[in-house]
Amino acid sequence: MSYTITAVIAVCFSALVDTQVTKVRLITRKAFWVSYAIILPFQLLTNWWLTSRNIVMYRSGAIIGVRIAAAPLEDLLFGFSLLLGVLTLWVNAGKRS
Amino acid sequence: MGMWGYMTMLAFTIAGSFWLEIAFKVGVLRRVRRWARSILPIAALFILWDALAIHYHDWYFDKRQILGIYGPFQIPLEEYLFFLVIPLAGIMTLEAVRRVRSTWLIGDEK
Repeated sequence: MSYTITAVIAVCFSALVDTQVTKVRLITRKAFWVSYAIILPFQLLTNWWLTSRNIVMYRSGAIIGVRIAAAPLEDLLFGFSLLLGVLTLWVNAGKRS
Repeated sequence: MGMWGYMTMLAFTIAGSFWLEIAFKVGVLRRVRRWARSILPIAALFILWDALAIHYHDWYFDKRQILGIYGPFQIPLEEYLFFLVIPLAGIMTLEAVRRVRSTWLIGDEK
């Protein structure tokens, strides 16, 4: 479950950067959640592409075993934390410029 | 598809998002300093994560479906591009949403 654990840590880390470090608080913004809702189907589609074709494969011991559209559940957390982290810094960089 | 399997996904993401640059005039790509400052610190952490996961075989790639070009830490070129293309697509989406809904503030408004 090493991927499961690191994925949960990554989400917590991005949420911490968003709410505490930068105080951008993107997770309280409607525009963020609507953007994520638009991105999510594409994320599922691209995750499905990479995993159903075995372009990327996972060690069974690394994941919890729940799969959504062929991809491990952890991939959703991976993508979410990547986007939240980047978008938080994007807004933060815009505040200062 | 063959060796272009992973690259196809990246091309799909570019095709599915970069049109927002034109249609909504979001102007993300030309703000190089701003997106670099947003993407590089986060991408660095994810590349570290990727490197560890590849090292410990938490995940691995089908060598027949990638180009076979590797960067540092034995990470395929496609993965490095992933950490550039996906964040840019995300930023463009957020910027397009605020173009359409100007009352939805995100916190950097002047």
